[in-house]
Amino acid sequence: MLCKGRGRVAAEGFHIKPLEQFELTRLGAVGGSVNFTQANLVMVLGAAMVLALLYYGSRPAAIVPGRLQSAAELAYSFIHDMAVEQIGPEGKRFFPFVFTLFFFVLMGNLLGLIPFGFTYTSHIAVTAALALLVFVIMTGVALMRHGLHFFSYFFPKGVPIFLAPLIVPLEIISYLTRPVSLAIRLFGNMVAGHVMLVVLASFVVMMGSAGALGIVGAAAPLALNVAFMGFELLVAALQAYVFAILTCIYLHDAVHLH
Amino acid sequence: MDALAATKFGAGIAMVGVAGVGIGLGLIFASLVSSVARNPSARNEVFNLAILGVALTEALGVFALLIALLLLYT
Repeated sequence: MLCKGRGRVAAEGFHIKPLEQFELTRLGAVGGSVNFTQANLVMVLGAAMVLALLYYGSRPAAIVPGRLQSAAELAYSFIHDMAVEQIGPEGKRFFPFVFTLFFFVLMGNLLGLIPFGFTYTSHIAVTAALALLVFVIMTGVALMRHGLHFFSYFFPKGVPIFLAPLIVPLEIISYLTRPVSLAIRLFGNMVAGHVMLVVLASFVVMMGSAGALGIVGAAAPLALNVAFMGFELLVAALQAYVFAILTCIYLHDAVHLH
Repeated sequence: MDALAATKFGAGIAMVGVAGVGIGLGLIFASLVSSVARNPSARNEVFNLAILGVALTEALGVFALLIALLLLYT
């Protein structure tokens, strides 16, 4: 009875705070003065890891590649094939951009899954900046290649002229929502996944503090959390892939206008 | 109904939109399975298209989730 009472107090005193994990803290005295937070630290770490992979992977240049070299070559050819396949022969020029974008997002998603890590792609400031960069580049490329002819994009060929007042605003709106959906998709997926992990982990703690029966019962949310961790690994890779392939598709539209 | 209860209620209602996303994802994968069953050699190509469809569909579900989160935590 006493144990049950204590358990209830412990369970009631424990609040689920799913959004606490996304709070930024400035690192040290230097970090405080230039607003260098743990998100920036993880960004630098992720970029350094990708650079190290490419540097040490391309240094041996063996004919029969080792493990590191084949990982680097696989990463390179995966994005290269995607860019050329989606954009066409001009894709080679945009390959470095797509490659950088893919690995920045992938590193953000994956490093966040390490305990005590931080998911910088869970901040809409980061994803919106990336999406706006894509938007500015695709519009700039389209304007540079096609000049004012670019605006014919908003009125597809073969549409009767009397439908113009309906089609043109729709096309403009759908063009302008591209960066919004690109930013919100990545941000929302990352936030939702990490919130779910924290909520399930809180269930484990709350049930575990509710006596012997609770500890047995806590096994179910713990098992679920492990399964979701695997699912989040899939989502992390998938969202990076989706971000990169949508960038490729938008660049294809910019280069070819439909 | 006080304001807090109304917000939580609203967050619950906002998540109803995810039902449509569930139907959409089911349709995408149902047609993926049937097209791979008809022509297994097209698997890689069709799978990439399906993943793209999933991404575009899922974004709408994430919009609903975002509204719910905004209602709950702001």
